[in-house]
Amino acid sequence: MSLSENSMADRPELDGEGAARRIVITGIGLTSPVAHNLVEYRAALLQGRSGVRKYEIRYVGETLAGVCEFDNLRYQTKKDLRRGTRAGSIGIYCANEAIRDAGLDWQNVERHMVGVYLGVTEHGNVETENEIYLIKGYNYDTSVWSHHHNPRTVANNPAGEVALNLGITGPHYTLGAACAAGNAGLIQGAQMLRLGDCDLAIAGGVSESIHTFGIFASFKSQGALATHADPTKASRPFDKQRNGIVVAEGGCVFILERLPDALRRGARIYGEIVGYAMNTDATDFVLPNAERQAECVQIALRRAGLRPDQIDIVSTHATGTDSGDIQECAALRSVFADAPGTCFNNTKSFIGHAMGAAGALELAGNLPAFVDDLCHATINVDELDPACELPGLVLNQPKTIRKPTYILNNSFGMLGINSVVIIKRFAASTQGSPGA
Amino acid sequence: MVPAEIREEVLDILSDISPDEDLSGLVDDKPFREQLELDSMDFLDIVMELRKRYRVQIPEEDYGKLASMGSTVEYLTPRLAEVARR
Repeated sequence: MSLSENSMADRPELDGEGAARRIVITGIGLTSPVAHNLVEYRAALLQGRSGVRKYEIRYVGETLAGVCEFDNLRYQTKKDLRRGTRAGSIGIYCANEAIRDAGLDWQNVERHMVGVYLGVTEHGNVETENEIYLIKGYNYDTSVWSHHHNPRTVANNPAGEVALNLGITGPHYTLGAACAAGNAGLIQGAQMLRLGDCDLAIAGGVSESIHTFGIFASFKSQGALATHADPTKASRPFDKQRNGIVVAEGGCVFILERLPDALRRGARIYGEIVGYAMNTDATDFVLPNAERQAECVQIALRRAGLRPDQIDIVSTHATGTDSGDIQECAALRSVFADAPGTCFNNTKSFIGHAMGAAGALELAGNLPAFVDDLCHATINVDELDPACELPGLVLNQPKTIRKPTYILNNSFGMLGINSVVIIKRFAASTQGSPGA
Repeated sequence: MVPAEIREEVLDILSDISPDEDLSGLVDDKPFREQLELDSMDFLDIVMELRKRYRVQIPEEDYGKLASMGSTVEYLTPRLAEVARR
């Protein structure tokens, strides 16, 4: 397939089939360890505020994590919370916030044409651990195992709870994509809009993994769990003293629409999805592969019809592990060798690794750059690891950039899953504010 | 437990299952479903809680006995007569 056939960007027409293939972001709902809406989240990223804190979890004891304290009763009853899952609750909060933010007349939206596509790193571990813990107190008598276990742990649960809460009768499912899941949800939403499977996509990622001891214990056994006397300094991608991942809770949901639909209702447009790619390392369960990551970035650039030097901001995936950060930087150096103006940042340094939500949350944190002309930094870099040097790495302080046009968002995961999304500033992105 | 204690216990279980509802006006001889938003999963929760708290096994054919507070207390009274409240 030629480049022109693949290109998603720079289609001038606003009507007809071409325009209907253009997918835009018109709403954002999120919860993170530093804030529970985009405005406050952006402010925290520009202020260099970390959301990592001390955290206790069964069996593991004291560790560090990013915790989300959103108002979980804003869109759910106590009974809803009791019956459902934390992942579902995060999804419900984010989806409702995104719908409000998009200024949608929700009562008159055709619910059968709404699709819910949420990325998850894993699902069901929290509920399974809880049940096993409970039956241990009953000498492992399985007759006290909850009848809620299956509906809570089916893999579609977080998306299904969103659909139940909002009365959505279109398709809903989750995408299991390890830590590439946030981008995967977004990509799926865009694809389904292009296919005509839905007219409105609620797409993104969620993670409740901090409520399972297993994820902490496993990262610890792997030598990949971050420790630091000061929790706010623990998540430090690219720094020489980095020693692992800070697991974080989080969720981020985007409202996606076809461009003509968004224009017709005068929606505020955060940006347009002009390129994306997913590929696979096929080399290791956990170790990343710089070559395949670079390939994934290049595929996304090619589909967007862009050169590397046209990208203004690269939102890196780096998690603070030794090899992961080095491999990604090697991949980025190879792709962006001739792109001296491209800036690179890292959002995990503020909020930790929000797993299935990471890709979506990290993209969302960067989108306001189209409006405020700032690239938020990577914090906690006291001594840059020479193996992580990138010419445009924005360290510790935000950087002013001139009218950024393209943001590229990396999100990679275990089993060698890679994902890249490219968002373009929409020409009229500062016009209209239906959700403001 | 005596019937009054059993009623308190069932009320406690219901307050866990339906935390958003006001149970103070619950009428004993009216079905729960006419007074509360309870579905079949909620009824299973009542059965499960009694099993967990007091090791009472309620066979499926007896679930109908849990339709109202009055019938539930009547059903449980002989079964919990020798059991002390937690």
